Amino acid sequence: MTQIAAATSNVTPLKTPTSAAGTVVSLPAPAARPVFGPRARTRLTELARAIIPPLLTIAALLLLWELLCSSPTSSLPAPSRVVSDTWELIAHPFYDNGGNDKGLGWQLYVSLKRVALGYALAAVAGVALGALVGGSVWAMRGLDPVFQVLRTIPPLAWLPLSLAAFRDGEPSAIFVIFITAIWPIIINTAVGIRNIPQDYKNVAQVLRLNPLEYFIKIMLPAAAPYIFTGLRIGIGLSWLAIVAAEMLIGGVGIGFFIWDAWNSSRISDIILALVYVGAVGFILDRIVALIAVAVTRGTANA
Amino acid sequence: MAKSFLTIEHVDKSFTRGAVTNEVLKNISLEVNESEFISIIGHSGCGKSTLLNIVAGLTQATTGVVFLEGQVVDEPGPDRAVVFQNHSLLPWLTCYENVALAVDKVFGKTKSKAERHDWTMHKLKLVHMEHAKDRRPSEISGGMKQRIGIARALAMQPKVLLLDEPFGALDALTRTHLQDQVMQIQAELRNTVLMITHDVDEAVLLSDRIVMMTNGPSARIGDVLEVPLDRPRNRLELVSDRGYIAARAAVLKFLYERHRFVEAA
Repeated sequence: MTQIAAATSNVTPLKTPTSAAGTVVSLPAPAARPVFGPRARTRLTELARAIIPPLLTIAALLLLWELLCSSPTSSLPAPSRVVSDTWELIAHPFYDNGGNDKGLGWQLYVSLKRVALGYALAAVAGVALGALVGGSVWAMRGLDPVFQVLRTIPPLAWLPLSLAAFRDGEPSAIFVIFITAIWPIIINTAVGIRNIPQDYKNVAQVLRLNPLEYFIKIMLPAAAPYIFTGLRIGIGLSWLAIVAAEMLIGGVGIGFFIWDAWNSSRISDIILALVYVGAVGFILDRIVALIAVAVTRGTANA
Repeated sequence: MAKSFLTIEHVDKSFTRGAVTNEVLKNISLEVNESEFISIIGHSGCGKSTLLNIVAGLTQATTGVVFLEGQVVDEPGPDRAVVFQNHSLLPWLTCYENVALAVDKVFGKTKSKAERHDWTMHKLKLVHMEHAKDRRPSEISGGMKQRIGIARALAMQPKVLLLDEPFGALDALTRTHLQDQVMQIQAELRNTVLMITHDVDEAVLLSDRIVMMTNGPSARIGDVLEVPLDRPRNRLELVSDRGYIAARAAVLKFLYERHRFVEAA
């Protein structure tokens, strides 16, 4: 709190000259220039407010976990053991001994590549199908019930079928990502397009925009907030699905790494991998959210 | 007989929902000359916006036809630009881009890029908004938005400018200011204008003729009033002008004596 108080008291003298009409008041010379300007200081306090509480929570949780699992007979390792067990993996994320024996960086990279491909396909197809369902009453009547049934199928249930169809693990995993991520994208895009205000449609009609111009200049920007809601849900679901899919298809990838670690009873490796999976999922979500903010700037009601 | 510039011939409009048919407009006929400024006035719910939408092509008449320069109007188009009551600017575009969207669409083939830019800037200057060209609609006031809406409509170089209660949502001072600007622009460009309004002073001040509608359902044109005032008009001088007072009284009489607003409408 003292920091904030200091920061505000630093700001006030700068305001006085504007209120004193006409007369020039010389500012009292500061005794010593502070290391940080008042702005930088408020920024720092804001940053501290955002970072310190989660850090404290994490520290408390780690402490609890350490206490609970510190006995030698405990079935799960304490955090200190996890770090000491997996130090090699933490220190060398990009080693490559051939085969599946690769660093966690490589494992995540392979998983991310699959997600990127499957998700990109889902984004393109999802927005296109969503636009169709949102734009045409007949497409909605025909397709919406089908989508509503298909979207409830758990992602992994598609895996055997896709393995049968593609006869290969790689495209099957990508297909599972695709089929997982596409539903929320379709549904949200359709809702967004159905909710385009009549005003914008009137403008498009008066200007005689052709369907392509209408799609690019009115539909996409007007539905962008909804589309990005779908894309954000989609990226989260893809990342959830990839771990499970990779456990089954094997090979390189963070999912199979976890399964492999379980089979060789390397519990600490599993815990480390989970931490990485969580962090990557969080970053993916943030990235899509940031893109959404950048793209939909100004699309809120004017 | 030669057709006038814009002709509305025996237009009926009814909306059917289920088994209930609601007749909104009944046998509307109107001839509008080129460069004429016409106001359509009536109580709310009398279908005046529906009439404007029919002329715009956004709504289809149940029976009857609208001709513009002898051509049947059956779909929307930039030759009948609309200024919407709620401005309808696209919030993701800047003011300049909102106008440029119309310019690029209408003149994409006939004007060069530089010419289109000049055209856009000229229209923004016409409504005194060139200073805000890079701002988004959410960052400017209601009056400014409506000015951009007018600039966008003018930028299409329409044969008829359709104004749907353009100043209805604005405060009195801004409204006065915009009315003067519209008068100035109309004096300069000699547009043909069809304006919906429910403001008596606005109608008298701006119009050559005032079309007064009866109450709905089945609204008709009750009366058409010529406004025999010289242009340019000055609102301060008109306050005590006999012709102005008489016209104003005639419209008020029509609206509040002969066709009182029915609460149920």
